[in-house]
Amino acid sequence: MIHSLFLINSSGDIFLEKHWKSVVSRSVCDYFFEAQERATEAENVPPVIPTPHHYLLSVYRHKIFFVAVIQTEVPPLFVIEFLHRVVDTFQDYFGVCSEPVIKDNVVVVYEVLEEMLDNGFPLATESNILKELIKPPTILRTVVNTITGSTNVGDQLPTGQLSVVPWRRTGVKYTNNEAYFDVVEEIDAIIDKSGSTITAEIQGVIDACVKLTGMPDLTLSFMNPRLLDDVSFHPCVRFKRWESERILSFIPPDGNFRLLSYHVSAQNLVAIPVYVKHNISFRDSTSLGRFEITVGPKQTMGKTIEGVIVTSQMPKGVLNMSLSPSQGTHTFDPVTKMLSWDVGKINPQKLPSLKGTVSLQAGASRPDENPTINLQFKIQQLAISGLNPPLFAKEDWP
Amino acid sequence: MSAAPAYSEDKGGSAGPGEAEYGHDPASGGIFSSDYKRHDDLKEMLDTNKDSLKLEAMKRIVAMIARGKNASDLFPAVVKNVACKNIEVKKLVYVYLVRYAEEQQDLALLSISTFQRGLKDPNQLIRASALRVLSSIRVPIIVPIMMLAIKEAASDMSPYVRKTAAHAIPKLYSLDSDQKDQLIEVIEKLLADKTTLVAGSVVMAFEEVCPERIDLIHKNYRKLCNLLIDVEEWGQVVIISMLTRYARTQFLSPTQNESLLEENPEKAFYGSEEDEAKGPGSEEAAAAALPTRKPYVMDPDHRLLLRNTKPLLQSRSAAVVMAVAQLYFHLAPKAEVGVIAKALVRLLRSHSEVQYVVLQNVATMSIKRRGMFEPYLKSFYIRSTDPTQIKILKLEVLTNLANETNIPTVLREFQTYIRSMDKDFVAATIQAIGRCATNIGRVRDTCLNGLVQLLSNRDELVVAESVVVIKKLLQMQPAQHGEIIKHLAKLTDNIQVPMARASILWLIGEYCEHVPRIAPDVLRKMAKSFTAEEDIVKLQVINLAAKLYLTNSKQTKLLTQYVLSLAKYDQNYDIRDRARFTRQLIVPSEQGGALSRHAKKLFLAPKPAPVLESSFKDRDHFQLGSLSHLLNAKATGYQELPDWPEEAPDPSVRNVEVPEWTKCSNREKRKEKEKPFYSDSEGESGPTESADSDPESESESDSKSSSESGSGESSSESDNEDQDEDEEKGRSSESEQSEEEGEKKKMKKRKKVPEGQREGSSSDEGSDSSSSSSESEMTSDTEEEQVEPASWRKKTPPSGKSAPAAKEISLLDLEDFTPPSVQPLSPPTVVSTSLAADLEGLTLTDSPLVPSLLSPVSGAGRQELLHRVAGEGLAVDYTFSRQPFSGDPHMVSVHIHFSNSSDTPIKGLHVGTPKLPAGISIQEFPEIESLSPGESTTAIMGINFCDSTQAANFQLCTQTRQFYVSIQPPVGELMAPVFMSENEFKKEQAVEESLKVFE
Repeated sequence: MIHSLFLINSSGDIFLEKHWKSVVSRSVCDYFFEAQERATEAENVPPVIPTPHHYLLSVYRHKIFFVAVIQTEVPPLFVIEFLHRVVDTFQDYFGVCSEPVIKDNVVVVYEVLEEMLDNGFPLATESNILKELIKPPTILRTVVNTITGSTNVGDQLPTGQLSVVPWRRTGVKYTNNEAYFDVVEEIDAIIDKSGSTITAEIQGVIDACVKLTGMPDLTLSFMNPRLLDDVSFHPCVRFKRWESERILSFIPPDGNFRLLSYHVSAQNLVAIPVYVKHNISFRDSTSLGRFEITVGPKQTMGKTIEGVIVTSQMPKGVLNMSLSPSQGTHTFDPVTKMLSWDVGKINPQKLPSLKGTVSLQAGASRPDENPTINLQFKIQQLAISGLNPPLFAKEDWP
Repeated sequence: MSAAPAYSEDKGGSAGPGEAEYGHDPASGGIFSSDYKRHDDLKEMLDTNKDSLKLEAMKRIVAMIARGKNASDLFPAVVKNVACKNIEVKKLVYVYLVRYAEEQQDLALLSISTFQRGLKDPNQLIRASALRVLSSIRVPIIVPIMMLAIKEAASDMSPYVRKTAAHAIPKLYSLDSDQKDQLIEVIEKLLADKTTLVAGSVVMAFEEVCPERIDLIHKNYRKLCNLLIDVEEWGQVVIISMLTRYARTQFLSPTQNESLLEENPEKAFYGSEEDEAKGPGSEEAAAAALPTRKPYVMDPDHRLLLRNTKPLLQSRSAAVVMAVAQLYFHLAPKAEVGVIAKALVRLLRSHSEVQYVVLQNVATMSIKRRGMFEPYLKSFYIRSTDPTQIKILKLEVLTNLANETNIPTVLREFQTYIRSMDKDFVAATIQAIGRCATNIGRVRDTCLNGLVQLLSNRDELVVAESVVVIKKLLQMQPAQHGEIIKHLAKLTDNIQVPMARASILWLIGEYCEHVPRIAPDVLRKMAKSFTAEEDIVKLQVINLAAKLYLTNSKQTKLLTQYVLSLAKYDQNYDIRDRARFTRQLIVPSEQGGALSRHAKKLFLAPKPAPVLESSFKDRDHFQLGSLSHLLNAKATGYQELPDWPEEAPDPSVRNVEVPEWTKCSNREKRKEKEKPFYSDSEGESGPTESADSDPESESESDSKSSSESGSGESSSESDNEDQDEDEEKGRSSESEQSEEEGEKKKMKKRKKVPEGQREGSSSDEGSDSSSSSSESEMTSDTEEEQVEPASWRKKTPPSGKSAPAAKEISLLDLEDFTPPSVQPLSPPTVVSTSLAADLEGLTLTDSPLVPSLLSPVSGAGRQELLHRVAGEGLAVDYTFSRQPFSGDPHMVSVHIHFSNSSDTPIKGLHVGTPKLPAGISIQEFPEIESLSPGESTTAIMGINFCDSTQAANFQLCTQTRQFYVSIQPPVGELMAPVFMSENEFKKEQAVEESLKVFE
């Protein structure tokens, strides 16, 4: 299936290669570079590129292209999903997945890749198993290793691969048994220029950090499970139990994992907790334009809105912007024409605003497109869907 | 650590293909550099006996490999360490070996013995990893060793080792494809494995080595379906896509009767399936219904697949979701396909690469099944942060989904998109508007007006794209739009994009009678700028000139000649050609070409409007979700998705022979027995619902319906069962690993079931059937076996032929047979149709018409072959099972029932040399080793009577004796039921051959 993998950084260097079958020459990546040039932007590189003898499937994450080479028919999502899993594994191992980190840990990376695929077919992709096979490097372990000469490779043979719950390693022991669950919800909305919501949807995930001894079997139920419109689970969750009783029953992996992600579709009920007032105008006569945006809260149920970041892509004709924010900091990149304004917390008494003028290219006609404004924000301790935190979590383990 | 000065070395010494020229990597350096000296260094380090030094050296070497540097000259030094005690060094040596063994085969052989030793290790993980490396080193000489190792590992105790064996199969195959036959044997063996660990890997091997051997899947089909949910994600994808292909060859199309449904739309959704679900078992009802209702009945195995894959739509893996989606798209009845939409829409929130692939597939699906995605229209709205390729795909989907009702909202969205900064996207939007306008007549004018407004846009690309689209729209109804054409004519002064200019010229030429005053003027202008135009524009200028010359020669004669002369000396030969051709056609010469009289007809013939359609239109002949579908071209190794068969192939091939299997059967049986009386109430549950219900809820509903006629406790009971079942599911793989476990579970089952039985018997109608089953509850395993097959057989009949067959057979019964001897324990067991676990999955609701072909066994009764006195204690009976014989469709399958009433064991029962009349042939049953006193057993054999009623004579041999026996078939047993309409029947009647059969 997957023949080879090349890691390519944004400047076009192949800084790691791994082959699972016979070696495929690096020159196959030339097709990729060609496509990359044509696409101008990294996001626009087609994920699937056919070449005369191979097919290149790539994902772009953390400014690195992961390019898989395949030779025969295989479901493209199979490969793409796997590549993403590789990235997630690296992230899990090293905290971040970036070019320098991969270069520093090249041997571990290589070993991990070796274990993940056998002859191009996924072998061990669960991080619990991988970590048993190859221990992730930590500062402490590096120090210990240099002194004692021991290694990152697990000295006992992994048993998880053989167990019925392949996602959990065996023989876990903790003195403090604890389990944490984070409910993270995102609203994704498109709002037109008059302020009415075109679409809005809520997506949520429940991330868990479970540190429990032995083989715990957990049950989790919700106050109002009917809210969850569409759910996808970690493989550890028992489908049937959810289908019949709307209860999550599972033997968790050890450590961090995403228990489930869900979708709440009640489109009309989504109340967007912020609003943006904008007044952007370009005048033809002068090469100046006016620019003013104000951000304000609405329906936040008493919670403060934090981490507000406004970004907007300005039209090509914009040369520069001279703006003054009432709070926070702003930057405008004259090359990419990207305006970004880091607002921070919103104080309902004094609404943050950004005012100023826009200087346009002299002689160029007024840009006729309206810039889109992207707004990000965070609210702690509020589940916008109204999903109540778990009613109870019962644990029973031997 | 110095920065690499010595790539020359790499270049010189490299054996790696194409490696050398990439040697220079600016980012490299530091410890990864290599030169002669360093390599000596490394060699020294490898030669020491200090593990830490070896490790350090190996790490550096592996780092070199990872960067694509050549480290092959270190091979001898590295390979020495293959037997190193330190596990990390060992691992890295393996990594090195796998990478370079191919290049240095002779040296690599030195390491083989280490692996061979590893293959015998008592630790399963060591065995597995030895096999893994051994099979990865791609040295042709060791093919026999690999073959041996794989064969051995395939029958290893540990499922993990077996999994590794499955992985090794494609490796060996790619090394030496001559081993195919032997490998197929191994695959066949591994396919029969019951562990989830092995399933995914072996199916993958199957797909790579012998995807055409679909016959290997038959016996494992149900098992695979049932294991599916517990297989790891990657295996699921492979299995699902294989099963999709399998189902396409083995089942009938569920949509074949769609036209029938559309005729009575009010029934379309549930009505039809309801019929299907109604009255399983009640043959007359089915038979009566037949003339009016569709004869299609979904094969229970087909249903099993659909039901078992459905929960996987909630997998976290996009690949699995997509695999299930394509399975549903290709296999499910129309009414059920809808369930996949939600899951696919969910994937749209994933990474952009995932979105890209999913949207491609959604685009294809949305053409075929628009209704499916309509509720999710808004999910395809474009976000400003989407990459362009995603935007364009979403646009495609939106266009496909647009219809009379939602077009206003869609167009409003499009209006916003036109103001986007992404020009490629704007152009695509304009085309999308054009497509909406062609598809939906009501909004054509609105769209056209909108597009005309865009003509005053300041962006030239937008204008150009609009012109092209307007041209296409105008072609549909040119008469009313003189104004627009005039407006376009004005644009020729400003627009520079060649395609747009060409479009305008063509429009003016084509509809010059609508703009008689402007057209010559445009030609004048174009003649002036002719030499500076692009080729495509020049061609259209010539066209315009010719058309005007034909309609308005007075004004344009000179202009035309001027243009043609200019074109005559053009650099481009196409244009010269066109000019010459045009001149000959329109300017009458002395010779008076016959064609020039028809010039007007040639140039001004009415032309059909272009059809604007999706580029995804015909992509669905590729299997969705495949690479080939994405590229819209066949990828290497793509397996064509076969068309549905006309006739259902023999479903009994999937029956599995597991006589000792009793697990779960009780519950099954109970369901089976209850069937006749709850069937009616179950008829109400639509097809989708039955698809929803997993085995548990299935049984739940069963017991509920039975409770309607009596006790109300059954639901609580079924709850219990649910939980039990859940527990089981969670650990099912575990259970499969050991026999004992299975045994335990059997015990559990047995304890549980009587409860249900008691309830069952409390209801009046059910009393006799359920009591009989609870009776069998008490009896020993063997007896149970004997009962089960009867019920099992009921469930797995050849589907398509069912109902009419029932009638036929009952008629025949009267004619040809002695009244059936009612012997509940009689039916032979050999073809116990499947694993009971498999049956767990079968929905009864889907096989209502089915139980017809099956009545036979009890109905036909037994014939005596050998009396126990004559046989010296061996009594032999036979029955015609009326099931197709799996080996050969021409054969009649005959169940032979042996029982030993003597007091010594009878050994070596087999068929001796038969003396057969011409044409008759026998497929013997496998030899029965031994039959101890009081025991009885059943074997199955096939006889081809060659459509005659002559007896088949053969010898039945034991170790000591030979008995001559003969089987004479009644006519009825030689016929297979066939369903056909009256017309078909008449047609067939006319054909001689068929007459022979019906004589």
